[in-house]
Amino acid sequence: MTLQDIIQQLNLTVLTTPVDFASVQPENGYTSDLLSCVMSGAKSRGIWVTLQAHMNIVAVAALLELAAIIITEDAQPDLATIAKANEEGIILLSTAQSSFFVCGKLWEMGLRAG
Amino acid sequence: MIPPLIVSEALSRQIDLIAITDHNASANVGAVIKAASDTGLTILPGMELQTREEVHVLCLFDTLEQLETWQAVVNATLPNLENNIEHFGEQFVVDETGDFIRREPRLLLTSSSLTFNEAWQGVTDLGGLFIPAHINRRQNGLLANLGFVPPEIPIEGLEISRHISPEEALKKYPFIKRYPLIQSGDVHLLDSFLGSTHFTLEAPTIAEIRLALKGAGQRTVTIHPC
Repeated sequence: MTLQDIIQQLNLTVLTTPVDFASVQPENGYTSDLLSCVMSGAKSRGIWVTLQAHMNIVAVAALLELAAIIITEDAQPDLATIAKANEEGIILLSTAQSSFFVCGKLWEMGLRAG
Repeated sequence: MIPPLIVSEALSRQIDLIAITDHNASANVGAVIKAASDTGLTILPGMELQTREEVHVLCLFDTLEQLETWQAVVNATLPNLENNIEHFGEQFVVDETGDFIRREPRLLLTSSSLTFNEAWQGVTDLGGLFIPAHINRRQNGLLANLGFVPPEIPIEGLEISRHISPEEALKKYPFIKRYPLIQSGDVHLLDSFLGSTHFTLEAPTIAEIRLALKGAGQRTVTIHPC
């Protein structure tokens, strides 16, 4: 399963500059809105599902080398955060759906916890 | 807590500067300022804001007018939910003698939709001081919720809770070394005043506290174990 499949099936909005999503293959999934938990719990090359949109999410994703962040419930990162993500090569995706819904869909598609 | 009792308790502990910081609220600050008038106690008008990220922040000001302006900003960003007294307790507004004036009907125990960075900008633009509260706490602490101190904004100080010493805090979170620390009691009851942060100031004002946090001149900030 590629990030391209995930974006299509979950109808996600791409917030950062598009890259070749078909070449990105997420290996696992994680969800939490407490960044301290994410820093110790999320695995590299995973997808992180959260409703946090603060700029700190970019640094956390860069630190852990995550495949992408899916920001849920229409939480909107500001322009500085999106610019920072582009700078760091972090993919930001968004949806109006809840974290529960997104995780359920990802699980159905075969993604598992790390 | 009843305003005159807050004042007498602080004075009896030789405390001469306190801030009143209710959760997303400020309707009782004026009463405490009145109760403290003609005493040696200075009251800083403030608020403990809960941001969109559920981070608690102390917003401290010099005047009630500044605080009222800030309260209006916050009011516009709070959800329109009614307080459920059974679950969340009473939200009384009282006068300077402690007499009941009204109940605040709106739920205050929730988050503003202001982001942490937006709140910093708003408080700073008004001349206030923005200090993330009990950063080490699991509930609503900056470090739990946002992982680390956002480097893109010049935070002037951090508050640690009564449950940790400055030494322990620095050991656990070495990256906070570059920030001045204060420690507050987060006092909800009269018997829990802490008073462990000592400021040496030329006057009890936000400008002076700001300078003390920078270590300017003879001003100092030190935390003494309780």
